[in-house]
Amino acid sequence: MNQASDAPFRPYAPGSQPPLDAADYGSTQKRHPISALVRLPGGHTATELTAPRFSPARYPAFADLTAPGGGKALGERIIVAGRVLDEDGRAVPGVMIELWQANAAGRYDHTRDQHDAPCDPHFHGAGRVFSDEDGRYRFITIKPGAYPWRNHHNAWRPNHIHYSLFGSGFAQRLVTQMYFPGDPLLAFDPIFNATPDTAARARLVAGFDLDVTQPEWALGYRFDVVLRGRGATPFEEGRP
Amino acid sequence: MPAATASQTIGPYWHLLEDPSWADLTRLGAVGERIALIGNITDGDGVPVSDACVELWQASPPASADWDGFGRAATDVEGNFRFVTLKPGPVPGPPGANALQAPHGAITLFARGLMIHLQTRVYFEGEALNKQDPLLASLEPARQATLVARPEGERDGLPSWRLDIRLQGVGETVFLDI
Repeated sequence: MNQASDAPFRPYAPGSQPPLDAADYGSTQKRHPISALVRLPGGHTATELTAPRFSPARYPAFADLTAPGGGKALGERIIVAGRVLDEDGRAVPGVMIELWQANAAGRYDHTRDQHDAPCDPHFHGAGRVFSDEDGRYRFITIKPGAYPWRNHHNAWRPNHIHYSLFGSGFAQRLVTQMYFPGDPLLAFDPIFNATPDTAARARLVAGFDLDVTQPEWALGYRFDVVLRGRGATPFEEGRP
Repeated sequence: MPAATASQTIGPYWHLLEDPSWADLTRLGAVGERIALIGNITDGDGVPVSDACVELWQASPPASADWDGFGRAATDVEGNFRFVTLKPGPVPGPPGANALQAPHGAITLFARGLMIHLQTRVYFEGEALNKQDPLLASLEPARQATLVARPEGERDGLPSWRLDIRLQGVGETVFLDI
Protein backbone atom coordinates (compact mmCIF):
# COMPACT_ATOMS: atom_id res chain seq x y z
CA MET A 1 0.00 0.00 0.00
CA ASN A 2 1.36 3.38 -0.94
CA GLN A 3 1.08 5.49 2.18
CA ALA A 4 4.07 7.74 1.71
CA SER A 5 3.47 11.35 2.63
CA ASP A 6 3.44 12.24 -1.06
CA ALA A 7 0.82 9.63 -1.97
CA PRO A 8 -2.40 11.16 -3.25
CA PHE A 9 -5.54 11.13 -1.12
CA ARG A 10 -8.34 8.81 -2.13
CA PRO A 11 -11.51 10.18 -3.67
CA TYR A 12 -14.48 10.43 -1.30
CA ALA A 13 -16.46 7.18 -1.17
CA PRO A 14 -19.76 7.42 -3.10
CA GLY A 15 -22.61 8.66 -0.91
CA SER A 16 -20.37 9.48 2.03
CA GLN A 17 -20.54 13.26 1.52
CA PRO A 18 -23.53 15.59 1.18
CA PRO A 19 -24.17 17.28 -2.20
CA LEU A 20 -23.60 21.01 -2.69
CA ASP A 21 -27.12 21.24 -4.11
CA ALA A 22 -29.21 19.91 -1.23
CA ALA A 23 -32.80 20.73 -2.21
CA ASP A 24 -34.26 20.62 1.32
CA TYR A 25 -31.63 23.03 2.70
CA GLY A 26 -32.73 26.37 1.22
CA SER A 27 -29.43 28.23 1.61
CA THR A 28 -27.74 25.88 -0.87
CA GLN A 29 -30.01 27.07 -3.68
CA LYS A 30 -28.07 30.18 -4.74
CA ARG A 31 -24.73 29.12 -3.35
CA HIS A 32 -23.92 25.90 -5.20
CA PRO A 33 -21.93 26.03 -8.46
CA ILE A 34 -23.75 24.93 -11.61
CA SER A 35 -20.65 23.83 -13.54
CA ALA A 36 -19.06 20.51 -12.69
CA LEU A 37 -16.11 20.64 -10.31
CA VAL A 38 -12.79 20.47 -12.16
CA ARG A 39 -10.17 17.82 -11.42
CA LEU A 40 -6.49 18.70 -11.24
CA PRO A 41 -5.09 17.29 -14.50
CA GLY A 42 -2.14 15.52 -12.86
CA GLY A 43 -3.72 14.76 -9.50
CA HIS A 44 -2.75 16.10 -6.08
CA THR A 45 0.28 18.36 -5.75
CA ALA A 46 2.10 19.91 -2.80
CA THR A 47 -0.84 22.29 -2.39
CA GLU A 48 -3.17 19.36 -1.62
CA LEU A 49 -0.65 16.90 -0.14
CA THR A 50 0.74 19.17 2.55
CA ALA A 51 -0.96 21.36 5.13
CA PRO A 52 -0.13 23.91 7.79
CA ARG A 53 1.32 22.40 10.95
CA PHE A 54 -0.30 24.07 13.92
CA SER A 55 1.64 23.77 17.14
CA PRO A 56 -0.08 23.97 20.53
CA ALA A 57 2.73 26.33 21.55
CA ARG A 58 1.52 28.91 19.07
CA TYR A 59 -2.17 27.94 19.02
CA PRO A 60 -2.89 27.10 22.67
CA ALA A 61 -5.38 24.36 23.46
CA PHE A 62 -8.60 25.35 25.20
CA ALA A 63 -10.24 22.12 26.29
CA ASP A 64 -12.65 23.24 29.00
CA LEU A 65 -15.41 25.37 27.52
CA THR A 66 -17.34 25.51 30.79
CA ALA A 67 -15.13 27.86 32.73
CA PRO A 68 -13.87 30.77 30.66
CA GLY A 69 -12.59 33.47 32.99
CA GLY A 70 -13.35 31.39 36.08
CA GLY A 71 -17.18 31.51 36.02
CA LYS A 72 -19.35 28.43 35.74
CA ALA A 73 -21.42 27.91 32.60
CA LEU A 74 -25.07 26.95 33.04
CA GLY A 75 -26.38 23.67 31.70
CA GLU A 76 -25.54 19.99 31.64
CA ARG A 77 -21.77 19.51 31.79
CA ILE A 78 -20.53 16.79 29.44
CA ILE A 79 -17.25 15.20 28.37
CA VAL A 80 -16.63 14.48 24.71
CA ALA A 81 -13.74 12.18 23.75
CA GLY A 82 -12.74 10.25 20.67
CA ARG A 83 -10.06 9.55 18.13
CA VAL A 84 -9.02 11.02 14.81
CA LEU A 85 -8.34 8.16 12.38
CA ASP A 86 -7.70 7.80 8.68
CA GLU A 87 -9.63 5.52 6.33
CA ASP A 88 -7.24 2.67 7.14
CA GLY A 89 -8.02 2.97 10.85
CA ARG A 90 -4.67 4.49 11.74
CA ALA A 91 -4.42 7.24 14.33
CA VAL A 92 -3.81 10.72 13.00
CA PRO A 93 -1.74 12.60 15.59
CA GLY A 94 -1.26 16.35 15.84
CA VAL A 95 -4.61 17.30 14.32
CA MET A 96 -5.86 20.73 15.39
CA ILE A 97 -9.57 20.48 16.20
CA GLU A 98 -11.56 23.68 16.53
CA LEU A 99 -14.96 23.51 18.25
CA TRP A 100 -17.92 25.84 18.57
CA GLN A 101 -21.52 25.54 19.69
CA ALA A 102 -24.64 27.13 21.13
CA ASN A 103 -25.16 27.40 24.89
CA ALA A 104 -27.49 25.18 26.93
CA ALA A 105 -30.47 27.35 25.96
CA GLY A 106 -29.76 27.02 22.24
CA ARG A 107 -28.21 30.44 21.68
CA TYR A 108 -24.82 31.29 20.20
CA ASP A 109 -22.69 34.03 21.73
CA HIS A 110 -22.86 35.79 18.35
CA THR A 111 -24.35 39.17 17.38
CA ARG A 112 -26.32 37.67 14.49
CA ASP A 113 -28.09 35.12 16.69
CA GLN A 114 -31.41 36.73 17.67
CA HIS A 115 -33.13 33.61 19.03
CA ASP A 116 -35.23 34.53 22.08
CA ALA A 117 -33.22 32.45 24.54
CA PRO A 118 -30.90 33.67 27.29
CA CYS A 119 -27.20 34.34 26.78
CA ASP A 120 -24.85 32.92 29.39
CA PRO A 121 -22.11 35.33 30.49
CA HIS A 122 -20.02 32.32 31.53
CA PHE A 123 -20.22 30.48 28.21
CA HIS A 124 -18.67 31.64 24.94
CA GLY A 125 -18.78 28.25 23.21
CA ALA A 126 -15.45 27.99 21.39
CA GLY A 127 -12.59 25.57 22.04
CA ARG A 128 -9.46 24.09 20.50
CA VAL A 129 -7.80 20.72 21.15
CA PHE A 130 -5.13 18.59 19.48
CA SER A 131 -5.09 14.84 18.84
CA ASP A 132 -2.32 12.99 20.70
CA GLU A 133 0.01 10.23 19.46
CA ASP A 134 -2.88 7.75 19.45
CA GLY A 135 -5.19 10.21 17.71
CA ARG A 136 -7.10 10.79 20.97
CA TYR A 137 -8.73 14.06 21.94
CA ARG A 138 -11.02 15.15 24.79
CA PHE A 139 -12.84 18.28 25.87
CA ILE A 140 -15.37 19.40 28.45
CA THR A 141 -18.40 21.48 27.58
CA ILE A 142 -22.10 22.08 28.16
CA LYS A 143 -24.64 20.09 26.19
CA PRO A 144 -25.84 22.54 23.52
CA GLY A 145 -29.55 23.29 23.21
CA ALA A 146 -31.72 22.94 20.12
CA TYR A 147 -32.75 26.14 18.35
CA PRO A 148 -35.17 27.24 15.64
CA TRP A 149 -34.08 28.34 12.18
CA ARG A 150 -36.00 29.62 9.19
CA ASN A 151 -35.33 26.91 6.62
CA HIS A 152 -38.95 25.72 6.64
CA HIS A 153 -42.03 25.90 8.86
CA ASN A 154 -41.25 24.89 12.44
CA ALA A 155 -37.62 24.07 11.63
CA TRP A 156 -35.32 23.23 14.57
CA ARG A 157 -31.66 22.27 14.51
CA PRO A 158 -30.89 19.17 16.57
CA ASN A 159 -28.35 19.55 19.37
CA HIS A 160 -24.91 19.70 17.78
CA ILE A 161 -21.29 20.70 18.23
CA HIS A 162 -19.35 22.10 15.25
CA TYR A 163 -15.93 20.60 14.46
CA SER A 164 -13.13 21.90 12.22
CA LEU A 165 -10.11 19.65 11.59
CA PHE A 166 -6.78 20.04 9.77
CA GLY A 167 -4.96 16.86 8.72
CA SER A 168 -1.49 16.35 7.24
CA GLY A 169 -2.65 17.36 3.75
CA PHE A 170 -5.06 20.15 2.90
CA ALA A 171 -7.16 17.65 0.91
CA GLN A 172 -8.16 16.24 4.33
CA ARG A 173 -9.64 19.53 5.54
CA LEU A 174 -12.94 18.80 7.26
CA VAL A 175 -15.70 20.85 8.85
CA THR A 176 -18.52 18.80 10.31
CA GLN A 177 -21.03 18.58 13.16
CA MET A 178 -21.38 16.09 16.00
CA TYR A 179 -24.93 15.14 16.98
CA PHE A 180 -26.35 13.44 20.08
CA PRO A 181 -27.87 9.96 20.27
CA GLY A 182 -31.64 9.68 20.51
CA ASP A 183 -32.34 13.24 19.34
CA PRO A 184 -35.87 13.27 17.85
CA LEU A 185 -34.99 16.29 15.69
CA LEU A 186 -32.47 14.34 13.59
CA ALA A 187 -35.25 12.80 11.52
CA PHE A 188 -36.42 16.25 10.41
CA ASP A 189 -33.08 18.01 9.89
CA PRO A 190 -32.22 18.68 6.21
CA ILE A 191 -28.55 19.30 7.02
CA PHE A 192 -28.08 15.97 8.82
CA ASN A 193 -30.15 14.13 6.21
CA ALA A 194 -28.36 15.60 3.17
CA THR A 195 -25.69 12.89 3.29
CA PRO A 196 -27.04 10.01 1.16
CA ASP A 197 -25.34 7.06 2.86
CA THR A 198 -27.18 5.90 5.99
CA ALA A 199 -24.05 4.56 7.68
CA ALA A 200 -22.17 7.80 6.98
CA ARG A 201 -25.03 9.77 8.59
CA ALA A 202 -25.09 7.45 11.60
CA ARG A 203 -21.39 8.13 12.20
CA LEU A 204 -22.17 11.83 12.73
CA VAL A 205 -24.03 10.83 15.90
CA ALA A 206 -21.86 10.47 19.01
CA GLY A 207 -22.30 7.44 21.25
CA PHE A 208 -23.07 7.67 24.96
CA ASP A 209 -20.09 6.07 26.70
CA LEU A 210 -19.94 5.02 30.33
CA ASP A 211 -16.13 4.78 30.09
CA VAL A 212 -15.90 8.44 29.11
CA THR A 213 -18.44 9.35 31.80
CA GLN A 214 -16.84 10.58 35.03
CA PRO A 215 -18.63 9.31 38.18
CA GLU A 216 -20.40 11.98 40.25
CA TRP A 217 -19.40 14.63 37.68
CA ALA A 218 -20.38 14.45 33.99
CA LEU A 219 -21.82 12.21 31.28
CA GLY A 220 -19.44 11.19 28.50
CA TYR A 221 -19.88 10.89 24.75
CA ARG A 222 -17.57 9.27 22.21
CA PHE A 223 -17.12 10.72 18.74
CA ASP A 224 -14.49 9.41 16.33
CA VAL A 225 -13.63 11.37 13.19
CA VAL A 226 -12.24 9.78 10.02
CA LEU A 227 -10.07 11.79 7.62
CA ARG A 228 -9.35 10.78 4.03
CA GLY A 229 -6.69 8.13 3.61
CA ARG A 230 -3.69 8.17 1.29
CA GLY A 231 -2.80 5.73 -1.44
CA ALA A 232 -4.75 2.81 -2.87
CA THR A 233 -7.90 1.62 -1.11
CA PRO A 234 -7.62 -1.76 0.65
CA PHE A 235 -10.02 -3.04 -2.02
CA GLU A 236 -7.62 -2.16 -4.80
CA GLU A 237 -4.65 -3.42 -2.85
CA GLY A 238 -3.35 -6.80 -3.91
CA ARG A 239 -4.95 -6.62 -7.30
CA PRO A 240 -2.62 -7.20 -10.20
CA MET B 1 -12.77 0.80 7.78
CA PRO B 2 -15.44 3.48 7.31
CA ALA B 3 -15.10 6.23 4.74
CA ALA B 4 -14.12 9.76 5.67
CA THR B 5 -16.57 11.53 7.99
CA ALA B 6 -19.30 13.47 6.20
CA SER B 7 -18.86 17.23 5.88
CA GLN B 8 -21.53 19.51 7.36
CA THR B 9 -22.02 23.21 6.77
CA ILE B 10 -19.95 25.65 8.84
CA GLY B 11 -23.20 27.59 9.42
CA PRO B 12 -23.62 31.30 10.14
CA TYR B 13 -22.02 31.35 13.60
CA TRP B 14 -18.50 30.12 12.83
CA HIS B 15 -17.15 33.56 13.83
CA LEU B 16 -16.93 32.23 17.39
CA LEU B 17 -13.62 30.81 16.12
CA GLU B 18 -12.49 33.91 14.34
CA ASP B 19 -9.22 35.62 15.18
CA PRO B 20 -9.02 38.59 12.78
CA SER B 21 -5.21 38.58 13.01
CA TRP B 22 -5.23 35.30 11.04
CA ALA B 23 -6.11 37.23 7.88
CA ASP B 24 -2.46 38.34 7.87
CA LEU B 25 -0.33 35.33 6.89
CA THR B 26 2.78 37.34 7.79
CA ARG B 27 1.52 37.70 11.38
CA LEU B 28 4.34 35.52 12.71
CA GLY B 29 7.00 37.85 11.31
CA ALA B 30 7.72 36.36 7.88
CA VAL B 31 9.53 38.67 5.51
CA GLY B 32 9.34 38.67 1.73
CA GLU B 33 7.23 40.21 -1.00
CA ARG B 34 4.18 41.31 1.00
CA ILE B 35 0.95 41.76 -0.90
CA ALA B 36 -2.74 42.13 -0.13
CA LEU B 37 -5.19 39.70 -1.71
CA ILE B 38 -8.66 41.18 -1.84
CA GLY B 39 -11.92 39.97 -3.31
CA ASN B 40 -15.68 39.97 -3.21
CA ILE B 41 -17.92 36.90 -3.02
CA THR B 42 -21.39 36.84 -4.56
CA ASP B 43 -24.07 34.18 -4.97
CA GLY B 44 -26.19 33.17 -7.96
CA ASP B 45 -28.28 36.35 -7.65
CA GLY B 46 -25.23 38.59 -7.33
CA VAL B 47 -25.98 39.06 -3.63
CA PRO B 48 -22.89 39.47 -1.44
CA VAL B 49 -21.99 36.44 0.66
CA SER B 50 -21.54 38.20 3.98
CA ASP B 51 -21.02 35.21 6.27
CA ALA B 52 -18.26 33.24 4.52
CA CYS B 53 -15.11 31.85 6.07
CA VAL B 54 -12.32 32.16 3.52
CA GLU B 55 -9.08 30.24 4.01
CA LEU B 56 -5.84 30.82 2.12
CA TRP B 57 -3.18 28.09 2.17
CA GLN B 58 0.12 28.33 0.30
CA ALA B 59 2.71 25.60 -0.15
CA SER B 60 5.07 28.41 -1.23
CA PRO B 61 7.13 29.90 0.35
CA PRO B 62 7.92 26.71 2.31
CA ALA B 63 6.90 26.61 5.98
CA SER B 64 9.33 28.05 8.52
CA ALA B 65 9.34 29.21 12.12
CA ASP B 66 7.73 32.51 11.19
CA TRP B 67 5.52 31.36 8.33
CA ASP B 68 2.92 28.58 8.34
CA GLY B 69 1.40 29.56 5.01
CA PHE B 70 -2.15 29.68 6.36
CA GLY B 71 -4.70 32.42 6.89
CA ARG B 72 -8.42 32.82 7.49
CA ALA B 73 -10.64 35.82 6.81
CA ALA B 74 -14.33 36.56 7.26
CA THR B 75 -16.27 38.32 4.53
CA ASP B 76 -17.84 41.61 5.62
CA VAL B 77 -21.44 42.73 5.07
CA GLU B 78 -20.59 43.58 1.46
CA GLY B 79 -19.00 40.20 0.80
CA ASN B 80 -15.42 41.52 0.83
CA PHE B 81 -12.38 39.70 2.19
CA ARG B 82 -8.76 40.81 2.52
CA PHE B 83 -5.61 38.82 3.24
CA VAL B 84 -2.07 40.05 3.69
CA THR B 85 0.40 37.43 2.51
CA LEU B 86 3.70 36.74 0.76
CA LYS B 87 3.48 36.36 -3.00
CA PRO B 88 4.02 32.65 -3.70
CA GLY B 89 6.65 31.25 -6.04
CA PRO B 90 6.38 28.21 -8.35
CA VAL B 91 5.05 25.02 -6.74
CA PRO B 92 6.17 21.50 -7.72
CA GLY B 93 3.70 19.46 -9.74
CA PRO B 94 2.37 16.02 -8.80
CA PRO B 95 5.00 13.70 -7.29
CA GLY B 96 6.95 12.04 -10.08
CA ALA B 97 5.95 14.62 -12.68
CA ASN B 98 8.88 16.78 -13.63
CA ALA B 99 6.87 19.98 -13.99
CA LEU B 100 6.37 23.17 -12.04
CA GLN B 101 3.02 24.75 -11.40
CA ALA B 102 2.62 28.49 -11.68
CA PRO B 103 2.66 30.44 -8.39
CA HIS B 104 -0.69 29.97 -6.66
CA GLY B 105 -2.50 29.63 -3.38
CA ALA B 106 -5.41 27.38 -2.40
CA ILE B 107 -8.61 29.19 -1.50
CA THR B 108 -11.19 27.30 0.51
CA LEU B 109 -14.68 28.64 1.14
CA PHE B 110 -16.97 27.63 3.97
CA ALA B 111 -20.38 29.23 4.51
CA ARG B 112 -23.99 28.72 5.44
CA GLY B 113 -25.49 26.92 2.45
CA LEU B 114 -22.24 25.10 1.59
CA MET B 115 -22.66 21.52 2.79
CA ILE B 116 -19.04 20.87 1.87
CA HIS B 117 -16.32 23.46 1.34
CA LEU B 118 -15.65 24.88 -2.11
CA GLN B 119 -12.04 24.75 -3.22
CA THR B 120 -10.41 26.95 -5.81
CA ARG B 121 -7.05 28.56 -6.49
CA VAL B 122 -5.63 32.03 -6.90
CA TYR B 123 -3.00 32.56 -9.61
CA PHE B 124 -1.39 35.92 -10.45
CA GLU B 125 -1.66 37.76 -13.75
CA GLY B 126 1.61 38.20 -15.63
CA GLU B 127 3.42 35.15 -14.28
CA ALA B 128 5.43 33.47 -17.04
CA LEU B 129 4.52 29.99 -15.77
CA ASN B 130 0.78 30.63 -16.09
CA LYS B 131 0.89 29.58 -19.77
CA GLN B 132 2.14 26.10 -18.96
CA ASP B 133 0.37 25.51 -15.65
CA PRO B 134 -1.48 22.17 -15.98
CA LEU B 135 -4.71 23.38 -14.36
CA LEU B 136 -4.88 26.74 -16.15
CA ALA B 137 -3.99 25.09 -19.47
CA SER B 138 -6.88 22.65 -19.08
CA LEU B 139 -9.46 25.47 -18.93
CA GLU B 140 -10.95 27.62 -21.67
CA PRO B 141 -9.86 31.29 -21.39
CA ALA B 142 -13.04 32.65 -19.80
CA ARG B 143 -13.03 29.96 -17.11
CA GLN B 144 -9.27 30.32 -16.64
CA ALA B 145 -9.71 34.03 -15.91
CA THR B 146 -11.81 33.24 -12.82
CA LEU B 147 -8.67 31.89 -11.12
CA VAL B 148 -6.26 34.73 -11.96
CA ALA B 149 -5.91 37.73 -9.64
CA ARG B 150 -5.24 41.12 -11.21
CA PRO B 151 -3.08 43.90 -9.78
CA GLU B 152 -4.95 46.90 -8.38
CA GLY B 153 -1.98 49.03 -7.51
CA GLU B 154 -1.11 50.11 -4.01
CA ARG B 155 -3.90 50.11 -1.42
CA ASP B 156 -3.47 50.67 2.29
CA GLY B 157 0.29 50.57 1.83
CA LEU B 158 0.52 47.25 -0.01
CA PRO B 159 0.48 46.16 -3.64
CA SER B 160 -2.99 44.69 -3.93
CA TRP B 161 -4.32 41.87 -6.08
CA ARG B 162 -8.01 41.24 -6.66
CA LEU B 163 -9.79 37.94 -7.15
CA ASP B 164 -13.58 38.12 -7.05
CA ILE B 165 -15.46 34.87 -6.53
CA ARG B 166 -18.84 34.04 -8.01
CA LEU B 167 -20.45 30.98 -6.48
CA GLN B 168 -23.04 30.40 -9.20
CA GLY B 169 -24.16 31.58 -12.64
CA VAL B 170 -22.58 34.01 -15.09
CA GLY B 171 -18.84 34.23 -14.50
CA GLU B 172 -19.00 31.33 -12.05
CA THR B 173 -15.62 30.64 -10.49
CA VAL B 174 -13.92 27.36 -11.34
CA PHE B 175 -14.19 25.12 -8.29
CA LEU B 176 -12.05 22.04 -7.91
CA ASP B 177 -12.77 18.39 -7.26
CA ILE B 178 -9.90 17.78 -4.86
